[in-house]
Amino acid sequence: MKNKWMRNSILNLVIGLISIIAIIPILLIVINAFKTSYEASSMNFNLPAELQFQNFSTVIEKGKLVHSFFNSFAYSSISSLFCILFSAMAAYVLARNKTRINRVVYLFILMGIALPMNYFTLIDVMQWTELINTRAGIIVLYMVTQIPFSVFILYGFIGGVPRELDEAGVIDGCGPKRLFFSVIFPMLQPAAVTVFILSFLNTWNEFLLPLYYLNSAQKWPMTLAVYNFFGQFQQSWNLVSADIILTILPVVILYLLGQRFIIAGMTSGSVKG
Amino acid sequence: MTKRMYPFYFVSIALCFYVVFTVVPGLMGIYLSLTDWNSYAKEIHFVGLANFKTIFSSDENYLLGIKNTVIFTISTIMIKTVIGLLLAVLVNKGIKWKSLHRVILFLPAVIPMLVVGIIFKSIFEPQQGFMNEALRAIGLNAWTQHWLTDIQWAFKSIIAVDVWKGAGYIMVILLASLQAISNSYYEAAEIDGANAFMKFRFITVPLLMPALTVTTVLNLLYGLKVFDTVYVLTNGGPGYATEVVYTQVFSQFSLGSYGVGTALITVLFFIMTLLGYFAIKLMSREEQN
Repeated sequence: MKNKWMRNSILNLVIGLISIIAIIPILLIVINAFKTSYEASSMNFNLPAELQFQNFSTVIEKGKLVHSFFNSFAYSSISSLFCILFSAMAAYVLARNKTRINRVVYLFILMGIALPMNYFTLIDVMQWTELINTRAGIIVLYMVTQIPFSVFILYGFIGGVPRELDEAGVIDGCGPKRLFFSVIFPMLQPAAVTVFILSFLNTWNEFLLPLYYLNSAQKWPMTLAVYNFFGQFQQSWNLVSADIILTILPVVILYLLGQRFIIAGMTSGSVKG
Repeated sequence: MTKRMYPFYFVSIALCFYVVFTVVPGLMGIYLSLTDWNSYAKEIHFVGLANFKTIFSSDENYLLGIKNTVIFTISTIMIKTVIGLLLAVLVNKGIKWKSLHRVILFLPAVIPMLVVGIIFKSIFEPQQGFMNEALRAIGLNAWTQHWLTDIQWAFKSIIAVDVWKGAGYIMVILLASLQAISNSYYEAAEIDGANAFMKFRFITVPLLMPALTVTTVLNLLYGLKVFDTVYVLTNGGPGYATEVVYTQVFSQFSLGSYGVGTALITVLFFIMTLLGYFAIKLMSREEQN
């Protein structure tokens, strides 16, 4: 009995230590965001003499964060919404009508999970479509990067939606559009929430596409703004920390609220049943 | 009925976007990687395999970038999988505050890679960074390093940061699979006299294989595209010691020499097409079972 108690305490200690390692860098940022520039010149766990809340307002003003916040918000939410819509429509037909061609198309779209973007030739495509250096362009690119995995998740989910619903819809005289939008789409809600959260997180955290394709600061998302701010204010770690907190706060909140959905999405395909 | 009720134009919207913005640029890249395309000359000339010769020539640093990318990918996958598996097994056992641990351990995975890079840039700062200060505080002065500027340590530090960010992600996926394993297997094994190691080796590991396959494949695809961390932490330095394919691609983009850059991406395009082919075969096999 004593042996078991010993073993349990060692297990708890090990996992406790690893959890501490996981949280330390984040706590460090939180504490230093409330310090003066002098106090934060050495980033450590000494508590600030006085909480410097004005760091946040300074950062919002100097880093032009209001703009970037709304940019990021618009980019992530609009691209995620369109991603759900188009992916669900595609996944629905591919999953319901499994012809040879549709099977090939499905696997072809899944290849997109692997394929790297060619940033050079994509310039040409962006110019032809007149999307280069525009907000719409970034939204389209974000959506495209999220489509393959979303189709994968939704395809799996639609397999579990009973076909009898389709048949009932047809008997009631639905056309294909009505059948999908008023019968099937509402049934996809759990998977759609998962897709939205994952896609929102991925695009909010994305850094490369705006780095390549947005050259005006007005259109920058949070990631690019925080990077630029870091370049300018490397000496003021208190401000950089405050900026980091404002950047990660939305995704951390979304994570805490939507944990269940995130895990469901990430584990689909790896857990049977 | 199926033909009428499941029209192909439902698929075509997603398909069109995907083809236009991912597949077409990829295929164009194959052609343009054979040219001297750049941002300052109007005309484009066919140069055959010259760009690929540049990439694979030993006088340049591209091979180093490819080598680093491969080392990064393999070592992060191995370390993250071992730690992730350990964590999953631990959290699944009778641990106190199980869900709190799970929330904390997964947290690094949702923070932007770029931000993680900035945070660790501060932590690894040699004079006043937290890493060296903590080592000094516990009397390990000899262990302090110039983590990001010492050629011995820079790449290892980058790998460590990626492990910090990604181990929890693997843990969560493996944990979900662990919880799906019925207890009756273990009970049956116990009756047959199996010890803890045998249970782990002959029940847990085989039943985790599908999940391990998925995490490995996803991490493989992710590792080959690594950029944000390296860009922020070292930007390929010191010298070229930590260059990876994507930082080199970005340098080529900034320099305007698109031909070489496209050739680099095209090399990656072929590798990832091949990997992706195997990946989807695995993923769609899982789903048919």
